[in-house]
Amino acid sequence: MANTLVDQHNLKQHARQSAKNAKAPQQGPGISKAEGWRRRGPLLPALIFTIVITQLPFLVTIWYSLRNWNLLRPDGNQFIGLTNYVDIFMDSTFRSSALNSILITLGCVFFAMVLGIIFALLLDRKFRGQGVVRTMLITPFLIMPVAGATLWSISMLNPSFGLVNWVISLVGIPPVDWTASHPIVSILMALVWQWTPFTMLLVLAGLQSQPKDVLEAAQIDGAGWTKTFIWVTLPQLRRYIELGVLLGTIYVVNTFDQIYLMTAGGPGTASANLPFYIYQRAFLGFDIGQAAAMGVVVVIATIIIATFALRLIFRSFDAKD
Amino acid sequence: MTTTLTPSTLPPAVKSAERKSREARRRFSGSALTTLTWLLAFVFFAPVIWLVMTAFKPESAAASNPPVFFFVPTFEQFEAVLANGAGTYFLNSLIATGVSTILVIVLAVPAAYAVSIRPVKKTSDVLFFFISTKMLPVVAVIMPIYVIAGQLKVLDNIWTLVVLYTAMNLPIAVWMMRSFFQEVPAEVLEAASMDGAGLIKTLRTILMPMVTPGLAATALICVIFAWNEFFFALNLTAANASTVPVFLVSQMTSEGLFLAKLSAASVLASLPVVIAGWIAQKQLVRGLSMGAVK
Repeated sequence: MANTLVDQHNLKQHARQSAKNAKAPQQGPGISKAEGWRRRGPLLPALIFTIVITQLPFLVTIWYSLRNWNLLRPDGNQFIGLTNYVDIFMDSTFRSSALNSILITLGCVFFAMVLGIIFALLLDRKFRGQGVVRTMLITPFLIMPVAGATLWSISMLNPSFGLVNWVISLVGIPPVDWTASHPIVSILMALVWQWTPFTMLLVLAGLQSQPKDVLEAAQIDGAGWTKTFIWVTLPQLRRYIELGVLLGTIYVVNTFDQIYLMTAGGPGTASANLPFYIYQRAFLGFDIGQAAAMGVVVVIATIIIATFALRLIFRSFDAKD
Repeated sequence: MTTTLTPSTLPPAVKSAERKSREARRRFSGSALTTLTWLLAFVFFAPVIWLVMTAFKPESAAASNPPVFFFVPTFEQFEAVLANGAGTYFLNSLIATGVSTILVIVLAVPAAYAVSIRPVKKTSDVLFFFISTKMLPVVAVIMPIYVIAGQLKVLDNIWTLVVLYTAMNLPIAVWMMRSFFQEVPAEVLEAASMDGAGLIKTLRTILMPMVTPGLAATALICVIFAWNEFFFALNLTAANASTVPVFLVSQMTSEGLFLAKLSAASVLASLPVVIAGWIAQKQLVRGLSMGAVK
């Protein structure tokens, strides 16, 4: 089974080449223009819709970010240049929220990936009840995140009747007030639980795409399980792991539900991430200008990181092919 | 007669005994692995079991220390949730999810065609643009959307969510459908264009039947994300257009016991997506990776 990632890469190059080739023979600009529009036609509704709904509001956000607009002070809506940006960089809560965003995203992606690899390796062999176990393992991803967050914050982690405290009491550990004293750990528990199925499925797909003859050859050469894993399986898995980290980061960095429901960013602002802090400033503090400026900063940071990550991944494919 | 017992000169009985013991060891380590797998799966799945158990408890047994494991199951929480007006919220979720998914498919299929089968120039730029909109944090656009929706008088209107969920899922759907279109053999398409079939005809009579499973997988992913979406629903809806996730949160009251009722509501809220996901397990990974992984 061909790896579609590779296909995509090949297709890209192919498209690039055919675009080059297309230019040469089709000299008549009239013909190529008509054909170009015929090709563009089916794309336009989706493209225009996406631009209108996602890009225009962002332009408005940039406009808001340059204004001194607080809904509680209707008189103060004036152009103030970059003052909001100066303010948020002086704002220590903004910095700590940024740090929490990084911590929560990296922590979740890392632990979900480690667990996902373990589960995928265990699932990648024939055993009784394989289908049932796989079904059980993907279920946390399918539970509504809001339901998962309340399940963790109340049923599992409540200091007086939570299941986790009962389990640790069996081995003599005194009860812990999880969401109050370890807010980020609590959020990570719920997040890792939700996202492990995602990484597991990706890694499992990678394991199952391994050519069987290579594995057999390694066995015949006398490579044990560990050697086969390090020298054959891991290199094969690498691109799947990278893809999982990239997509996982895209999804997890926007985490809002768990923080809103489990800790409300607290205690104080100890566990607020950027989405939650911006939400607080906009909808509880009514400070549209500053919230917008934070949004712009987050978008710029995301673009930088995402471009970097995407390039890294495509480079790894360039090296491979 | 001196005999050195090298493996090749071992009497057959010894050889087979050794093979047997190795096999037994392998079987033992195999069943140990299986046990470990089941154990880990059980621990990982335990919160789900606990959620379902709590949903069937009377309130007094739900929030208790030590936890109650044996009880007479009751449906009273489910009845209470349904009596609490859950119907409106489910209907709203159904509209937001269903209509947005249909719109996504209608928009994404031609777009995917234009980036795979008869690609436009700069196909990779278009694809990168779509994926980049998924990376933009939603919080960065919520304020203008809130203000604009207020001026257009469409706050607390389910169609606002329909439009937003369509935009939210469209990039994923374009990427996914593209990956399914790429699997259609080129000869089939050539034959179609020889016969003079236009876009609509090619899509309807040739492509769609071939990518029906892909279409189902794409729809499933859109349904999951739209059904579970909370942020827009929280900020843009109030009494009329609220969806199921908002209803769930409203079950958490500051007074009295609510855990069993909340659990029952959680079970009801999660059930549609859980069942759909269980049925379409094989398609899940492809959808989540936007078509990159089969």
